[in-house]
Amino acid sequence: MGIEEIFRAEHGRILATLIRLLGDIDVAEEALQEAFAAALEQWPEAGTPANPVAWLVSTGRHKTIDRLRRRVRFVEKQDEIAQHIELSAAEDEAPVPEDRLRLIFTCCHPALATEAQVALTLRTLGGLSTEEIARAFLVPAPTMAQRLVRAKAKIRTAGIPYRVPPDDALAERLEAVMVVVYLVFNEGYAASFGARLVRHELCEQAIRLGRMLVELLPARAEAKGLLALMLLHDSRRETRLDVSGDIVLLEDQDRSRWDRGQIEEGAALVEAALLEGARPPGPYALQAAIAAVHAQAPTAAATDWAQIAALYGVLARVHPSPVVELNRAVAVAMSGEIERGLAVVDDIDRRGELTGYHLLPAAHAELLRRLGRHAEAAESYRRALELVGNEPERRHLEKRLRQLRF
Amino acid sequence: MRYMLMIYGEEKEWEAKSEPERSAVYQACVSYSEDRRPSGFYEGGERLEPTRTATTVRMKGGKAIMTDGPFAETKEQLAGYTILDAKDLDEALAFVARHPLVKAGFSIEVRPFRVGNPK
Repeated sequence: MGIEEIFRAEHGRILATLIRLLGDIDVAEEALQEAFAAALEQWPEAGTPANPVAWLVSTGRHKTIDRLRRRVRFVEKQDEIAQHIELSAAEDEAPVPEDRLRLIFTCCHPALATEAQVALTLRTLGGLSTEEIARAFLVPAPTMAQRLVRAKAKIRTAGIPYRVPPDDALAERLEAVMVVVYLVFNEGYAASFGARLVRHELCEQAIRLGRMLVELLPARAEAKGLLALMLLHDSRRETRLDVSGDIVLLEDQDRSRWDRGQIEEGAALVEAALLEGARPPGPYALQAAIAAVHAQAPTAAATDWAQIAALYGVLARVHPSPVVELNRAVAVAMSGEIERGLAVVDDIDRRGELTGYHLLPAAHAELLRRLGRHAEAAESYRRALELVGNEPERRHLEKRLRQLRF
Repeated sequence: MRYMLMIYGEEKEWEAKSEPERSAVYQACVSYSEDRRPSGFYEGGERLEPTRTATTVRMKGGKAIMTDGPFAETKEQLAGYTILDAKDLDEALAFVARHPLVKAGFSIEVRPFRVGNPK
């Protein structure tokens, strides 16, 4: 592996350990930069060390000690950091898995704004540059830089601890971490704007973070559910849009191009999450179970819609929301009971819970079309078109509307 | 680390409560905080009279001008404060999350005291 690749892949691990040793994100980031510069200078001649991670941690720590000794003028943080360094002996330098866990719980601390949590997590554990994060979230780079500076300053001055939360708070705090990871994934997966390459990097980052949570918190079934959900969605990545960037519906996707490795891994994780987790299962595990049923169907026609409808039924109880209810309605319709599904859609419409959400009239239109009630379907497609914001989805609805015969 | 908890609530709503109701909330607060005084965690706190008793002083044309009323008219008003000496923000927040005043509908802003030279 080249220096750049090591730097990228091990960024989170090295930084997390340096933060433990130096007690401050900014100081640790600076140490990491210096260590990396030293590696660029020394490795080509001396050769890559046997343990590059340990080398970078140790070099970063020593560079910081030197820098602090050289500094004559008073610097506010100096005392605190010098104290930290004195307390940490050389044998503490070995990275321990807990370092990264501590760091993600700090980055995703509820006292920070969600957008700051996302940015910090991608910056520190993902090793993305400020510019890359800014580009991914369509924010000017100086705005993103400011967001990161503020978040780091709050961690320092407000006393947000570097600590894995105690058992009684762990479930709730892990929930917040998973929200951030899934947000990063969805930001990449939605692909409604921006360059697709940049966005796929976000999906990969989210999956890496998900893997880290499963690895470091093996007793937490919901983390397995989240990783499974992301792997299963991502397995269809290549087939979701056609060459012109138009949406390809699940039933029309080329299943031979779905990533089998990811599907198998995801399905095994769902099983583990359902087996080991609470009763009823959590929302990520349930959504992953639904995605697994889709992913494992050899053809669209062979999809076990009755099982999907049942899973949505459980999800609606665990995590009640009109969007889940809408999905359940569609699954019921697809299992052959179109009229019953349509009745559920009408119910949601009457309650006015999803007013303004284009997928409600879109689903309504789709079910009417399948029942052959094309005139009514056209009316609903038009309602959906008034509400849709995303271009590929608009083109899809227009195409459906044109295909109607009445 | 030392933190100040600034306790905000709607004065009107509070004053609309019955005397026994207010007294029960107050007693719950006292015992909740005093339980943690011996360890040094709870340093103290006080209630404030309503904002109608406030006077605000501002410089205007080189002269200190006094006006009747609070610094800003807001929906919720500062009702009191508490000072804590906590290990870190998590310890302070855990205390605040179970505070009887939060249960009674008050909002509590947690701010660390500034240490070191002025910025």
